[in-house]
Amino acid sequence: MNGSILSVVIFLPLAGVAVLAVGGRRMTDEAARWVAIVTALATFGASLVMLGDVDRTAAGYQLVEDTWWVRSVGLRYLVGVDGFSLWLVLLTTFLFPISILASWKIDRNVARYFAAILALETAVLGSFLALDLLLFFLFFEAILVPMYLIIGGWGSANRVYAAIKFFLFTMAGSAFLLVAILYLYAHSGAGGDASFDVRQLTTVAAGLPVQTSRVLFLAFFVAFAVKVPLFPLHTWLPDAHTEAPTAGSVLLAGVLLKVGAYGLLRFNLTLFPEASKHFATFVSVLAVIGIVYGAICALMQTDVKRLVAYSSVSHLGFVVLGIFAFTQQAITGGVLQMVNHGLATGALFLLVGMVYERTHTRELSEMGGLASVMPWLLGAFLFVVFASVGLPGLNSFVGEFLVVLGTFAVSHWFGSIAVLAVILAAIYLLWSYQRVAYGPVHEEHRHLPDLSGREVAVLAPVMALILVFGIYPKLLTSSIDPSTKATIAHVQPVGQITDVGQVRATGASP
Amino acid sequence: MPTPQLVLQPVLPEMILCAAAIAGMLYEAFARRSERSIHLGIALVGVAAAAAAAYTLWNWTGAPFVLGDTVAADRFGALAAFVLLGAAAFGCLSYAHYAERDPEAYRGEFYPLVLFATAGMILIAAANDLIVVFLALELLSLSLYVLTGITGTRRSTEAAMKYFLLGAFSSAFFLYGVAMAYGATNTTKIVGVTSPGIVQALAGQTGSQALALLAMAFLLIGFGFKVSSAPFHMWTPDVYQGAPTPVVAYMSAATKVAAFFALIRVFDVALQPLTWDWTPLVYALAALSIVVGSFLAIAQRDIKRMLAYSSVAQAGFILTGLTSPNALGIRAAMFYLIVYTLMTVGAFGVVMLVSARGEEQTSLESYAGLAKRSPGLAAVMAVFLLSLAGIPPTAGFIAKVTVFSAAIEAGNWPLAVIGVLASVVAAFFYLRVIVYMYMREPAGELEADPSMLPRVAAGVLAVAVVTLGIFPGILSGVLRSASVLRW
Repeated sequence: MNGSILSVVIFLPLAGVAVLAVGGRRMTDEAARWVAIVTALATFGASLVMLGDVDRTAAGYQLVEDTWWVRSVGLRYLVGVDGFSLWLVLLTTFLFPISILASWKIDRNVARYFAAILALETAVLGSFLALDLLLFFLFFEAILVPMYLIIGGWGSANRVYAAIKFFLFTMAGSAFLLVAILYLYAHSGAGGDASFDVRQLTTVAAGLPVQTSRVLFLAFFVAFAVKVPLFPLHTWLPDAHTEAPTAGSVLLAGVLLKVGAYGLLRFNLTLFPEASKHFATFVSVLAVIGIVYGAICALMQTDVKRLVAYSSVSHLGFVVLGIFAFTQQAITGGVLQMVNHGLATGALFLLVGMVYERTHTRELSEMGGLASVMPWLLGAFLFVVFASVGLPGLNSFVGEFLVVLGTFAVSHWFGSIAVLAVILAAIYLLWSYQRVAYGPVHEEHRHLPDLSGREVAVLAPVMALILVFGIYPKLLTSSIDPSTKATIAHVQPVGQITDVGQVRATGASP
Repeated sequence: MPTPQLVLQPVLPEMILCAAAIAGMLYEAFARRSERSIHLGIALVGVAAAAAAAYTLWNWTGAPFVLGDTVAADRFGALAAFVLLGAAAFGCLSYAHYAERDPEAYRGEFYPLVLFATAGMILIAAANDLIVVFLALELLSLSLYVLTGITGTRRSTEAAMKYFLLGAFSSAFFLYGVAMAYGATNTTKIVGVTSPGIVQALAGQTGSQALALLAMAFLLIGFGFKVSSAPFHMWTPDVYQGAPTPVVAYMSAATKVAAFFALIRVFDVALQPLTWDWTPLVYALAALSIVVGSFLAIAQRDIKRMLAYSSVAQAGFILTGLTSPNALGIRAAMFYLIVYTLMTVGAFGVVMLVSARGEEQTSLESYAGLAKRSPGLAAVMAVFLLSLAGIPPTAGFIAKVTVFSAAIEAGNWPLAVIGVLASVVAAFFYLRVIVYMYMREPAGELEADPSMLPRVAAGVLAVAVVTLGIFPGILSGVLRSASVLRW
């Protein structure tokens, strides 16, 4: 089993789907829930085995599995893990059981719901681990259908609109991606066998004319920018987040958005280093606009879920800013921020969902004083809000700090504006918390129950990790760094600023 | 001059089908009370026997061209025969069910007509002479005109009339093209064995180049009509809507397969020396079909019309593959055609079940809450729709990747961009049906046809669509050997 641990991780959830499909209507809702949670936990276990097998000090792809899938098309089943994907995979396998536990109370079409969730897990894990571009695209597209069904089937009032918008936006973005991938493939045949292997295509792309590779860069970029989402392609996100059921929002924010950022890091930077540098300022400007714009929009929301959704736009801007700063600190910080945002915002959506289940409203104005009614729930809420704001000692601080630090080294402007957004985040998050937790209690909210045992089980692991990663981020960074170094070496030839320490050493202005 | 040897084995499938068709007609005419099951039995035995004959043709080692070099005996034709016979079998079975449900609409002539049409289709895919192509084209077209109007309702008759008038018009174009090809090359043979055929004549540039180009354009119009590519698609929505659903299930798939196989042979073989002249035309037809089909389908509120426009777009995708004038493009188109057959026959099969007796429920509203009423049927339909939209892990995804890949390989990446963008537009209307099925409440008391057997059949097709999506490699050997066209 050691030789194919990645396949086990990817396809284990699909086994759960098979059980649910075969069970169908004969299966009780309770049984379906247990099948889902056991499958997701087993997948998490398998991913821990994977963690044990990985040499975390090395750069490059590990545990690679390579076999032909569809020879006539050139499609290979080629998967591997490195410092970037390692933690994203673990984040995914970690958040899925949490979301399943959080949707325990779903009571319509239970088996179908959990089948969609597990199918989604396979698609996401496949996207993170695929090293064959067509294989990646296959998984990337396969994400759409289950998520579409989850939003459209179990969401709130305006769910169908949100689901279709989500689907069409993402698919429109990836349309160009497919053409670009096939274009690369068509040009890979010259030096031997044509292939979608990202390692082989890296050399193929390097041989293309500058203009061509820039166009291809943009094709890749659009696909991932929609997914991240980067301003101005983010408009599907608030709708999708708001209408999705709690688990849908958690997974959307926690993992799906990461696929976009991961794509930028893995494919744009690796395949088109020249174009990445050429467009770096352009992308960074979009990222900074996204950071500030997301924060301002969040500030104006009256719907809690929409507020958190816009905060995601802002936080993901940090990730992209970090990736396109090409410095050691910024990229590592960006990857760290991906994981941390998944935990903090995921937890935020979980809590918003729990509040909604009790109050049946998402309007800030209709809440208030809940801290006195449900002290434990709101206590947890405050903890997660602090994490999300970036309080030192909790997880998000480290990632944001590294990104800002790394960005400062290349541009003072971007760095300064990004810092500004951190302050805005503190304002909108704390202000919304204040409106939820304090003030007069609404009469009908006076007897709401506090956290149940199941909800504690949902929240405790996430909060524990938020604390652990906040106190000891080296756990993550030490294994991300080798991959970062390799990527930077690939993008930035020697002699350029790649480390903040260099700025001081060369005597450049601080 | 030696007397030509009469080798009939390569046309055995056609002969068997015609014999079965004649037997069916005689039975209909002379039996005192015609039994539906006997009709069906004759048709299915005919199809099975023809398939067996086609199988021997797959391993044919005799002369590559027979019957005075007018019919090619190759795996290309044999593959077409398999696909077409499969579609015919499904058409007959679904009509049997349709007739059981609605005995007044039953006409015994259905089976002989389907057999005749299939014979014409198999012949057109194997024809090595433009006259035989035309002959086969008329055989299949005339059968289809009658099939369209077979129920005799007003809508069905109107559709048949429209189909006939426009079809006759396009046949005239085609015949004109044949005449000009003859004028340009002094022959109607696609590949000549004893004397030079069109491909040799064009390669040697012995005839008039202008006439050859005109012939090419006219032939393309004729084929464009049959494969329902824009701008020759006008008949498609009306005919699909008006014709009885089992007929549509059969003809939407089979006509396209047959016409495309013939198109491949005529253009990739006979007009191969004119490749540089016809690829831009195919390119334009492909782009137009994809765009027109995808956009007009959005406005449709009737599922049969929607699938009709979708079939226009699908024709465009297949043409996209053919802009790559080599074995790669042919393989891509063939794979797409096989997948298209599976998903179209399946989708119309589901439409037949949902529409119930009298075919009243073909509006999108009749799909509201289908997942609640009959979850299996909804799941199967969702598979077909996702495959038509080209979403993994269905076969439609691999099919799209292969045609785009072929087009890009030939340098036609703008066409691929048009294709993928139109796919996004198309996803919208396919998804809309899924929205109705899964996210809306049932609209009223409307009940889908509860029968089990046709559901199983649709389920088998859906499994095939997913299997081909995950393991498309199982066909690659077949496609590889079938895509070798001799000239």
